[in-house]
Amino acid sequence: MTEHATDYELVIRPKYGLLDLNWQELKEYRELLFFLALREIKIRYKQTVMGASWALLQPFFTMIVFTLIFGRLAKMPSDGVPYPIFSYSGLLLWTYFSNALSQSSNSLVDNAPLLSKVYMPRIFIPTAPCLSGLLDYGIAMSILAIMMVYYRFVPGISIILLPFTILLTFMLASGVGYWLSSICVKYRDVKFIVPFFMQLLLFVSPVIYPANIVGENLQWLLYLNPMTGLIGAHRACLLGHTPVNFVGLGISAVLTIIIFLSGILYLKRTEKYFADLI
Amino acid sequence: MMASKKEEPIIEVKNLSKQYNIGVDTTYKTLSESVTSAVRHPIKALKDFSSQNETFWALKDVNFEVERGEVIGIIGRNGAGKSTLLKILSRITSPTEGEVRMRGRVGSLLEVGTGFHPELSGRENIYFNGSILGMKKREIDEKFDEIVKFSGVEKFLDTPVKRYSSGMQVRLAFSVAANLDPEILVVDEVLAVGDAAFQKKCLGKMEEVAEGGRTVLFVSHNMSMISSLCETAILLEKGTVIEKGKTGKVINAYLNSGQEATGQIIFSKNHPGDSEAILLAVRVLNKDGMPITEALIDEDIFIEMEYKLLKNDMLVYPNFHIYDQYGQVVFVTSDSKLDHSCELKNKAGDYVSRCKIPANTLNNNTYYITFALTTIYPLHVHFCEKDLLFVTINDPIEGIYSRSKGYSGPMPGAVRPLLEWKLYGPKDSRLGDKT
Repeated sequence: MTEHATDYELVIRPKYGLLDLNWQELKEYRELLFFLALREIKIRYKQTVMGASWALLQPFFTMIVFTLIFGRLAKMPSDGVPYPIFSYSGLLLWTYFSNALSQSSNSLVDNAPLLSKVYMPRIFIPTAPCLSGLLDYGIAMSILAIMMVYYRFVPGISIILLPFTILLTFMLASGVGYWLSSICVKYRDVKFIVPFFMQLLLFVSPVIYPANIVGENLQWLLYLNPMTGLIGAHRACLLGHTPVNFVGLGISAVLTIIIFLSGILYLKRTEKYFADLI
Repeated sequence: MMASKKEEPIIEVKNLSKQYNIGVDTTYKTLSESVTSAVRHPIKALKDFSSQNETFWALKDVNFEVERGEVIGIIGRNGAGKSTLLKILSRITSPTEGEVRMRGRVGSLLEVGTGFHPELSGRENIYFNGSILGMKKREIDEKFDEIVKFSGVEKFLDTPVKRYSSGMQVRLAFSVAANLDPEILVVDEVLAVGDAAFQKKCLGKMEEVAEGGRTVLFVSHNMSMISSLCETAILLEKGTVIEKGKTGKVINAYLNSGQEATGQIIFSKNHPGDSEAILLAVRVLNKDGMPITEALIDEDIFIEMEYKLLKNDMLVYPNFHIYDQYGQVVFVTSDSKLDHSCELKNKAGDYVSRCKIPANTLNNNTYYITFALTTIYPLHVHFCEKDLLFVTINDPIEGIYSRSKGYSGPMPGAVRPLLEWKLYGPKDSRLGDKT
C-alpha cells in the first residue's frame, strides 16, 4: 500500500458539491462492501436452531397461508396457474425486497459506531443488507424450483430477463434504503413507519393477485408502485405462463432508476451531518 | 523531484473551522416537530438537515503543518477541540471552513474494535475490523499471524468474541489496529485501555511505528506518554492553537494555561458531571481558607471540591489525583472514612469535601490536581476533571525543617515527606545520650 502512496493527496474541504460520488474511492473500498454483506449474512442466523432455512420457511409458510385464504377461500384469480406457485413466485421477490428494505433503512442507525469512529464510504452501509439478502433469495429459489418441477413449468426464453428484474429490485431496495436510512439518522420515526408501510405495500403489489384484476382505467395507479411491474415480470419470466409486460417493466425500471439515483444524491447530500447527529 | 516532494509538509491545515449546533435537539428529533415547516417548505426541510439556532465553534482558524516522519502530540483540556480535529482529519465529519491537505494515505484509530460483533469469532472480527480500518484482504492475510501473536488469543480464534473477557477483546482489537501501516496515522487516546502489561506492549509498538519514519498524530491526556513519543506538540484551547513547537515547551504551556491563577474555579454553567452528580467549584486553600496558587513547603494546604448530588442515597467517593509536571501521578487520595460498610449514604444536596495535605509532604515543585467523584458499587465515575488547578510549592531553603542545615542544593523526588528518624550510636556517644 505504501508503494503508490507518494502521489497520493487528499484534500478535506467543506462539502458543497451536489454529488461528489468518488468512484475511485468506492473501488478502493470495494472489499469492505463485501465484508459488510458477509458480516450481515454471518450474524443473521447465529444462535438460531434452523439457521439459513429461515430463508425458506418465511416465504414458504406465507405461501401456504395465502393459498388457503386467498386461493381456496377467496378464489383469487391467478393467471391460470396453480395458486401456490403463483403466490410463491411473487412472495420470493417480495420477501427479498421487504427484508432488504427494512434492514437497509435501519442500517445507518444500527451501525452508529461505523459513522462516528471510522471513515468509509457511508453508502456501503445501506447497500450491504440489500446485497446479503440476495443469498436468502437464492436459497428460497430452491423451493420454487421444486414447485416448478412438481407443477411442470418450464421457463421460456424470457428467463434471460430474470437477472435484470433482480438487479432492478436490488436497486429499488437500495434506493429507498438510501433515502430512509439517511432520514432515519435525524428522524427515528422511520423505524416505526417502515414495517407498517411494508405491510400496506404488500396489498397494493400483485403478490396475491395478478395486476390485471384491476380495471384497465385504474391499472396505471397500480403501476405507480415500482414493485408491480417487477413482480409481474419476475413471475412471467420464471413461469413463462404469460408474456412479460414490457410496458409495466419499463415503468418500473424508470421509477427505480429515479429512486436509486435520487437516493444516492440525498445520502451524499446529508452524510456530512451523520457523525454529528447520530 | 523527490527533493521538492520531501519539502512539502505531509499535512497542511489551513484556517480550519468547525461549527456545531447546540440546541435542545442536537441528536435527533421526531417528524411531528418539523412537519409544519416541512409542509411549508418541503425542499428546505430536506436540505436543512442542521437548522438549529444556537451554534458554537469547536474549532476556529486552526493552522499548522506536519512534516513527513514527524510524531506530533495534540494536547488540550476536555472540550478544547482535539476530538473534532481528529474527526476532521479522519474524514468522519467535514469542516465548516478551511481545508486540510494530506499527502499520504491516512489511517485513523479513534476507537479500538470499531465494528466488532460479539457473535462473530475472533478470526472473523479480525478480517472485518481490518477492512473497516482500510486494510485490503491481502494485507490482512499477510499480517494475520502477526496480529494473532500480538494479541495472544491464539487458542480462542474460532470462539465468538462475546465469550472473551473484556481484556482479551481489547487486546485483539488493538492488535488489528497496531498492524495498520498507512503513511499518516491518527491516533486518539486509545492506549488507555487494557491491563498495564498490555499497555506497555502497545506503547512499545507505538514507538516502533514512530521510529519507522511514519507520520503520527497522537492525542493523549498522559503527558509522560506524549513527551516520550512526540518530539513536537500542539496545544489546543477553546478551538484554537495557542502553542506549538517542542513537546516540553508545549506541555509546560498546557500545564500553566487554563488554570485560574486565583487558586479556585467556580463553575457557574456547563458543570462537569452527569445526571447524578455535578461539580460546582474547586479550590486550593491555605490554612486561613484563602485560595492560593503557591505555598511554602512547611505550610499545610487544603484541596477542596464543592459538588452537588442530584439523587438521594448515593455513596460517592470524592478523590483527588496529584500529578507532577511530567504527567506522572504522585498519589491519589480519597475520603477513606466513607467506607461502604458503614451505610453512610448521602442525601441529594450540596457537599464540600476538603483534604489536608500536611506541611512537608510535597517537594518544591508544581503539582497539578485532578478532581473526581466516583461511585464504587457499581463502579462509575461521575466526573474526573483533569489538571484543573495547580499549586507551586516553594522552598525558601532557610529555616526549613526538612533540609539539613547549611545545604541549599536541590532535593530531588516527587515528594519530600518529613519522616521520623532515629539515630543509634555507640553507647557512650554524646549524640546517643541525647535521645
